Amino acid sequence: MGSRVEILNEGGFRSDGRRQYELREVTIDLSQQGQADGAAVITHGLTRVMVSVFGPREAKSRSQTIHDRANINVEVAISPFSAGERRKRSRGDKRILEMAATIKSTFEPVVQTTLYPRSQIDIFVQVLQQDGGLLQACINATTLALVNAGIPLLDFVCAVSGGVSSTSPMLDLTLLEENDLPNLTVAVMPKTGKSTLVTMETRLHVDRFEEIFKLVCSASQALHQEMKDAVRLRTMSLVTAMGTVQSNVGGDTMMDES
Amino acid sequence: MITFTSFPSTPAGEYDAVGHHHETDNEMEVDLDDDDLSSDGLRLTLPGDYLTSSQAFMRGHGTYVHEDQVVASVAGTVERVNKLITVRAIRTRYNPEVGDLVVGRITEVQPRRWKVDANSRQDAVLMLSSVNLPGGVQRRKLESDELQMRNFFEEGDLLVAEVQAFFSDGAMSLHTRSLKYGKLRNGQLVIIPPILVRRLKSHFITLPCGVDLILGLNGYIWVSRHIKASDQAGEEGFDAEAVYSNQNDDIDEPTRGAIARVANIIHVLAAHFVPLTDTILLEAYEWSVEQEEAHKGLFQEDIAEALVASLHSRS
Repeated sequence: MGSRVEILNEGGFRSDGRRQYELREVTIDLSQQGQADGAAVITHGLTRVMVSVFGPREAKSRSQTIHDRANINVEVAISPFSAGERRKRSRGDKRILEMAATIKSTFEPVVQTTLYPRSQIDIFVQVLQQDGGLLQACINATTLALVNAGIPLLDFVCAVSGGVSSTSPMLDLTLLEENDLPNLTVAVMPKTGKSTLVTMETRLHVDRFEEIFKLVCSASQALHQEMKDAVRLRTMSLVTAMGTVQSNVGGDTMMDES
Repeated sequence: MITFTSFPSTPAGEYDAVGHHHETDNEMEVDLDDDDLSSDGLRLTLPGDYLTSSQAFMRGHGTYVHEDQVVASVAGTVERVNKLITVRAIRTRYNPEVGDLVVGRITEVQPRRWKVDANSRQDAVLMLSSVNLPGGVQRRKLESDELQMRNFFEEGDLLVAEVQAFFSDGAMSLHTRSLKYGKLRNGQLVIIPPILVRRLKSHFITLPCGVDLILGLNGYIWVSRHIKASDQAGEEGFDAEAVYSNQNDDIDEPTRGAIARVANIIHVLAAHFVPLTDTILLEAYEWSVEQEEAHKGLFQEDIAEALVASLHSRS
């Protein structure tokens, strides 16, 4: 533990002024991005991820078609300017490929792929800023983008990271905390409480695991509420936009039968 | 903004509640027994929302059954027809139905068929046997036709067609066996969300400004120069040269301006999620002609909003 910064000070505050169980500020933008079928930008504090979803659409190559369900294709790109140190990562970077595979396996049991045989759903993840909790931001943004694209999901998927500083568990770690603490990321389907992903890259004492896991699961409920509100607001605004002008459409009008 | 209030000295029992959370989180449950549901259709759901019991109701599109409950799987509006519950997603790909008019783009030429991108979940299929061949509407297709398929449609060509049938895997089959259908030229393609195109009596619209519109139900809209009805090939005069031509006619300056203006208006209306009809387009066109500065700046946010506001005020 070579950190000079106190992870949790005596007053119970963390380096960015949060308390142990406090999540960072979340903002969600669901507006249309180019020609994507669905898109979402989510920020967790200083971490910001944009996801665009295309599909379900015709698979690019015949080898990628699955005859009884849709193929989910995830591509992750990390902007060179997103981290403190400028660093260009190639698309073939093992870490990036692993993250794409993690996101794919998180969503495969949630997306109703059997409804779209022989199609492909493309998920493009673009990391714009990173300050810890990268995977949770990617998963949350992907959920929102899929919902926005009208792709049937069994439930939302809400991911939150958690760690433990000596004996005190904490939620939603920043990069600073992530580097110093044993941590894990959990993706939960909040309605049923089932988790579709538990991942850990550091060593965590087995006695601490259950406590943190349950804490993270309950934190995802708070995040779920936030995501639901954002989607409901967006859906409502689109429905009202369609409705307001619609009122004068009702009657049929003259039309050139050509 | 989002503060996750801590669990100071939470009893261990509190955590156990998480697993059965849905039992308490029923405030979102939609009461389908009330009759007010069917009328306004403004009941919003999100994925994972419980709608009703699966014993009393049937599940339709956009729902699934979990533990004897009908659950929504998309974000959108709930619709009910008798005992059938469906959720219509607000933004989604085109869901084809037989008889729909679509605009598409050829993506691939295969043996005896073309693949057509029509904004659906799979590419549509246009069989060689379901296009009008040169030399008469009723004619047997020959081997020579198979060899010169690229003379009819090439990769990248745009066409207007009708949904004829579905294959077993859900892909749609198109046909262009009408003089109204076929290859498109003399215009511009505009893509909007399919939900904004309503089913109309006719999807071929002629605006008085000398612009023809084809509103594909798949959200692809073709804006082109007006073709006089007399110029269209008559029943006997099926002119293969003209129908499968790749050459644009000369279009004069005012018509080009009108086409561009209509295309821009459609873009603006789609960005504000206004459903398209000919009356709305016409009003918007008149408005943009009145506002001289809008000629240049339809895409400027304030002018676009003024346009949409003017439509609201007229309705």
